[in-house]
Amino acid sequence: MSPPPPVAGVLADHLRRRRDDGAKLLVPYVTAGMQDDWLTVAEAVAASGADALEVGLPFSDPMIDGPVIQAASLRALQRGTTPRRVLADLALADLGVPIVVMTYYNLILRMGHRRMASLLAESGVTGAIVPDLPLEEVGPWATAADEAGVATVMLVAPSTGSERMGRIIERSRGFVYGIGRMGVTGERAAVAASAALVAGAAKARTDLPVCVGIGVSTPEQAAEVCRVADGVIVGSALVRRLLDGAGPDGAAAFTASLRRGIDGG
Amino acid sequence: MGDPGPTGRFGEFGGRFVPESLVAACEELEHAFRQAWADPSFHHAFEALLASYGGRPTPVTECTRLSEELGVRLLLKREDLAHTGSHKLNNVIGQAMVAQRMGKRRLIAETGAGQHGVATATAAALFGMECVVYMGALDTERQALNVFRMELLGAEVRAVHSGARTLKDAVNEAMREWVATVGDTHYCLGSVMGPHPYPWMVRELQRIVGDEARVQCRSILDGSDPDLVVACVGGGSNAAGTFAGFADATASQLVGVEAYGGAALTVGVPGVLHGMRSALLQDEAGQIREAESISAGLDYPGIGPEHAHLAAIGRARYVTAGDAEVLDAFQRLSRAEGIIPALESAHAIAWVLAQAGKEIPDGSTVLVTLSGRGDKDVAQVRDLLGARAGTGERV
Ligand SMILES: Cc1ncc(COP(=O)(O)O)c(C=O)c1O
Repeated sequence: MSPPPPVAGVLADHLRRRRDDGAKLLVPYVTAGMQDDWLTVAEAVAASGADALEVGLPFSDPMIDGPVIQAASLRALQRGTTPRRVLADLALADLGVPIVVMTYYNLILRMGHRRMASLLAESGVTGAIVPDLPLEEVGPWATAADEAGVATVMLVAPSTGSERMGRIIERSRGFVYGIGRMGVTGERAAVAASAALVAGAAKARTDLPVCVGIGVSTPEQAAEVCRVADGVIVGSALVRRLLDGAGPDGAAAFTASLRRGIDGG
Repeated sequence: MGDPGPTGRFGEFGGRFVPESLVAACEELEHAFRQAWADPSFHHAFEALLASYGGRPTPVTECTRLSEELGVRLLLKREDLAHTGSHKLNNVIGQAMVAQRMGKRRLIAETGAGQHGVATATAAALFGMECVVYMGALDTERQALNVFRMELLGAEVRAVHSGARTLKDAVNEAMREWVATVGDTHYCLGSVMGPHPYPWMVRELQRIVGDEARVQCRSILDGSDPDLVVACVGGGSNAAGTFAGFADATASQLVGVEAYGGAALTVGVPGVLHGMRSALLQDEAGQIREAESISAGLDYPGIGPEHAHLAAIGRARYVTAGDAEVLDAFQRLSRAEGIIPALESAHAIAWVLAQAGKEIPDGSTVLVTLSGRGDKDVAQVRDLLGARAGTGERV
């Protein structure tokens, strides 16, 4: 048995501490490499009220993403973005909040489980969300990530049965990602009723923070979701603004508005 | 070629790599299919419908003129004669019946050449279900007639503009739509690919092709099996259905023919896409590469996981045919035998034409599954052959 790795639990500890201090958690998402100044954007977002930052490593076939993140991913790939380059950039950056990468399994497989896990850890990344790795398939990756001290954040969905939810949560590290609605990422006019149900069911089973994403697009919606959930993940609404040319300042302003929303201000 | 078990594994390939939102739907489908497939009354109803509605069994035809030219004995399993013009109907009739058992009222599907879309639209009409078909925008152009066919059958066709706008992108979009509609919608996947249980279920629904052909060949070949059994491979359903009839029951050599520009098993690397672990065209970072073929139905950067396994254990081998030799085979079969093949099926013919007397020894018996008829491809082939076509000049 190897001793517990030094950075294990950084993400969970950080988010739990914030939550236990009474804060709701804000986790904005940015697609890495989608524009020249994406790191500046990431810094601006991190400095505007984010508790952690989700950074997407773009994949050619993003199965759980809607049109906005598809477009950002395509742009990033056309700019020559690779996982190695993104992680090299992140290694040099100091965002001041924990970074969680979101990516698809093929990028991990191609690099190799252990190499990807250690590269993430060396780059200062604290967690990983891999949506095409359900509980039955996550083993080899999760083991490598555990060994490297990278938290594998597991997802629970409105369709997840209660016994299964327990097993997924047990395997989750960092926080639990509640899928707020049956569907792909994208902005929606209203929060689905399933968001509160999923958050409530997950929270009843764990002390890990439970953050809800997919279809949370406005400060009002974020506030609504946070009545039950510990926090929100906001992706498409931010990325769409960036695709429309918002830049670091616009991204910061939108993030700050989300912060005010969940703080009830 | 057996049951891949609850994890859906064929050796190291297969599996169920889907977002958590789709796990319950895949489990529900696996459960429903296991029950149906263990139920003799389901088999009875399935086979009765494929006979009375689908025109099964399809014949095996001996190609006398080509056989003589090639010096091998060439037999064709005539899926081109099935209703809707290809083997795709077998799978969709079976899946529509399973969908009915699950109480779903709506079918969605992806399509490349349009044959699977047409077959799904047909089954939806037959069973009174709603139907939406996703098709890459490049393919809606290449296969405009099939788009109209689907619409005639009452289906809605949605053109997909992402990626290379071909089959891979249509699968992405159908999966995304499925996540949002799993409650009342069955995703009728068109090949032996995707997450468990699809690769296994679709192979089982297509094994009627191979089971029929084995019996038919024995009667033509005085009790022997063909030396070679050859089929084209896109996702690999007509090949898997054919191979299923021969892999365990005979010593026939099994050969899958991929498009040269979509040769996942020849030049691909193991990876995960569309819910399965299999051989994939991809770059060093793991981004999926686009396939390139004149045949929309083979324009796919992956291959069904069971094929990757059959290759790994050496029970089948996988080869390629290029666009030019395929166009040639398309014309040669038409003229020599009076059978216009689908461009997909012409890949299998092209490999036999190229290898007769070489990798295929003189005097061999060869069964080729002719997966579909070429009506859908006639306009495209006319354009590809260019000015010579339609002038009365020999093309
Ligand atoms: C006639 C025909 N053959 C073959 C294929 C390829 O599919 P598969 O490899 O699943 O048989 C298609 C797909 O559209 C087709 O239409």
